[in-house]
Amino acid sequence: MIRTTAFRIATAALALGATLAHADVTLLNVSYDPTRELYQEVNKAFAAQWEAKNKEKVTIRQSHGGSGKQARSVIDGLEADVVTLALAYDIDEIAERSKLLSAGWQKKLPQNAAPYTSTIVFLVRKGNPKQIREWDDLARPGVGVITPNPKTSGGARWNYLAAWAYADGKYKGDTKKTEEFVQSVFRNVLVLDSGARGSTTTFVERGVGDVLIAWENEALLALKELGPGQFEIVVPSVSILAEPPIAIVDKVVDKRGTRKVAEAYLQFLYGPEGQEIAAKNFYRPRDAKVAAKYAAVFPKSSLVTVDASFGGWQKAQKTHFADGGSFDRLYQPAIKAAGK
Amino acid sequence: MAAIVFPAKRHSVLPGFGLALGFTIAYLSLIVLIPLSAAFLKTFTLTFDQFWAAVSAPRVVASYKLSFGAALAAAAVNAVFGLAVAWTLVRYDFPGRRIVDALVDLPFALPTAVAGIALAAVYSTNGWLGAPLAAMGLKVAYTPVGVFVALAFIGLPFVVRTVQPVLEDLDRELEEAAHSLGATPAQSFLRVVLPAITPALLTGFTLAFARALGEYGSVIFVAGNMPMVSEITPLIIITKLEQYDYAGATAVAVVMLVASFVLLLAINALQAWTRRRQGERT
Amino acid sequence: MEITAQDAFPETLPHPSDLRIPLAPLLVAGAAAIYLVLFLLVPLAAVFHEALRKGAEAYLRAVSDPDALSAIRLTLIAAAIAVPLNLVFGVAAAWAIAKFDFPGKSLLVTLIDLPFSVSPVISGLIYVLVFGLQGWFGPWLAEHDVRIIFAVPAIVLATIFVTFPFVARELIPLMQAQGREEEEAAALLGASGWQTLWRVTLPNVKWGLLYGVILCNARAMGEFGAVSVVSGHVRGLTNTLPLHVEILYNEYQFAAAFACASLLALLALVTLALKSWVERKARS
Repeated sequence: MIRTTAFRIATAALALGATLAHADVTLLNVSYDPTRELYQEVNKAFAAQWEAKNKEKVTIRQSHGGSGKQARSVIDGLEADVVTLALAYDIDEIAERSKLLSAGWQKKLPQNAAPYTSTIVFLVRKGNPKQIREWDDLARPGVGVITPNPKTSGGARWNYLAAWAYADGKYKGDTKKTEEFVQSVFRNVLVLDSGARGSTTTFVERGVGDVLIAWENEALLALKELGPGQFEIVVPSVSILAEPPIAIVDKVVDKRGTRKVAEAYLQFLYGPEGQEIAAKNFYRPRDAKVAAKYAAVFPKSSLVTVDASFGGWQKAQKTHFADGGSFDRLYQPAIKAAGK
Repeated sequence: MAAIVFPAKRHSVLPGFGLALGFTIAYLSLIVLIPLSAAFLKTFTLTFDQFWAAVSAPRVVASYKLSFGAALAAAAVNAVFGLAVAWTLVRYDFPGRRIVDALVDLPFALPTAVAGIALAAVYSTNGWLGAPLAAMGLKVAYTPVGVFVALAFIGLPFVVRTVQPVLEDLDRELEEAAHSLGATPAQSFLRVVLPAITPALLTGFTLAFARALGEYGSVIFVAGNMPMVSEITPLIIITKLEQYDYAGATAVAVVMLVASFVLLLAINALQAWTRRRQGERT
Repeated sequence: MEITAQDAFPETLPHPSDLRIPLAPLLVAGAAAIYLVLFLLVPLAAVFHEALRKGAEAYLRAVSDPDALSAIRLTLIAAAIAVPLNLVFGVAAAWAIAKFDFPGKSLLVTLIDLPFSVSPVISGLIYVLVFGLQGWFGPWLAEHDVRIIFAVPAIVLATIFVTFPFVARELIPLMQAQGREEEEAAALLGASGWQTLWRVTLPNVKWGLLYGVILCNARAMGEFGAVSVVSGHVRGLTNTLPLHVEILYNEYQFAAAFACASLLALLALVTLALKSWVERKARS
């Protein structure tokens, strides 16, 4: 009885909050770790545009965390209208395990449902004291590497695959040598945070490690926000084209009646204003004109794709990140060998 | 639980037994027992082999070693220094004693997340204490040592608060007698005081240990979270959860729950022993 | 001539602790002081130092930010629901356990203590297992549009769980120590159960009750791990103040994070002050 009363109080409180905004529309955007600043700007711009056009106020709520962790929350019942995660595999998992959206979600939006892309770079300390220029330097003894945990962080999985792609190219497909290389990189890892943002904090704020393997947008943001002049970005010769995808969660928007707004919200990201905001926040825009305008910000390097080099995310996940995959196999012995 | 029959009680003149006990059991079941059973039930969906594989994986075992080891070390340090603090508070009078006495409970009252970020700030290599320690070659934050520090912090009040009342009640005459019979202060402490406070000391130690075992919020900011090195067991549970391995997460959770329950029984037994000892002396 | 104890132990006999070599008290007190400073004072000071690093104006802005305010509101709501519920439970449990004898009493006490030793992460996990979409009631709840997990109700439930035993643990030994005579006398004189409870029992345990409520409240407002598992981390909606601190910390807004943390630290200090006051009142 008490519990019901408590439940009623809680529901009333929620309802009160809801009624206070009953004429307005709210969307929940469940996103991955580094996009906090990006969506703060996007949401403001989109809300202004929507209100001007439709005379309706829209509030977009955000939730951020490691991509895998966020996907799990949505599967467990976090009512997201849209998901904007770090890799397609995580949205595939949502589709498969909870059937909240269809398996063909990625075809519903242009360009693999990724309105912006990014890549993986290195962030090093000013002056680059350890002379880090290439992936090889990350495998050198005595170099402290910071990367998030591939088991929970989307960014970390892109990091891992980029390293793998480099070694694969260097050793011309010799799997054994590639595995040894990746293992020696992980032997140098000092701290494994659960998300990309945690790793950046560890490297920048807590002063741990010599090199941070990071999303390009994270690295550029860190340079701008945290220590202009304190860090440098090093672009390796080979990296991976990261396509963080976005999707509408069909069952939720249909239940909440927010499909129109949600679709417009995602389309906004492809439009000129959305692309400009993305570029300003250091995400590589797809739009050719905006890309040309910001070309100087984004260094050139040779980028492989997950589809071409790894057979797509389903295969990559199974080979590398699932239980018993290459990360599990390489990581433990790496730690033992490091004598930690 | 629904088919409970109210246990027989000796005839009592006081009313309200049925209502009080009924409400107690219902609330306990709804809030605690039934949700906890969900963890066990989920684990039962695994075969024993799968269960064993999940809870004995090298990474999980490494986390047990860290969680148990650091908690044990922290509780031991708290036992020694907590005794010193309790002694100082009871036996000596100094300005500000009341404030220090109140501050001892800070780890109780301070949210774990606040403790976590504060410890991370203080003990990282550019922090107030971390910098001098790093210069001496000791890295605290993001290592198992950091885990130890966080656990020592949150266990701090337990030994002090269980030993203090016993010390206060301790009959000074016993020590006086020992002294007049020629005992040195050390002997008097070891032979007279220590045996008297041992039950309370052990209780406090076990309480600190139990608390430290499952601690998450204050540790997560200052541990390195490196699998096999500085990853605590609660983090493994969360990681498994984030990999959609619900059954694996609950398997490890069940191991922790069993350990907690055993500790709880030990604490209750120790507390009963302490009460009996104190009752004997009065 | 009688030899009294006074002769055997005249008052001029120095007390053992006075005879102790001056070094020993210094060592003990010194060790205690170092321990307290290292593990207590330095972290506490760090919170306030970091909070004010960017100045008082930034501090005020951080704690009055809308997301921070809604985090404070949610923290207060969770505590306002959890504490009274656990209070009622504590009184009921203590009444049943202290005033009556029945088989299984010690098992009941142990079960009540259980949440105290369960890891916060597990405390959150079990509610995900019960109310999550893949859990027992998830699909039914989703069908009926009732949101529990990743919404305020789950946060309240997790808070109730972790603060479950606090009041009961204070009241049970207290009421046991006080015995049953007064209540029995009242009952025999014709008082009803409620009258006995309200007029006889509760006034006797009022300081223990208050003590338990203060501890329960402090823990309810500061809980992190359990709430972190069941909250959706939706900014401005399902974040309590401790979770908000984590979010700010993750967004490089360290001064703001510590500013909000300092609010919680202040709450802790107020809790300690109240505790001392109650203890002193109880002793007199």
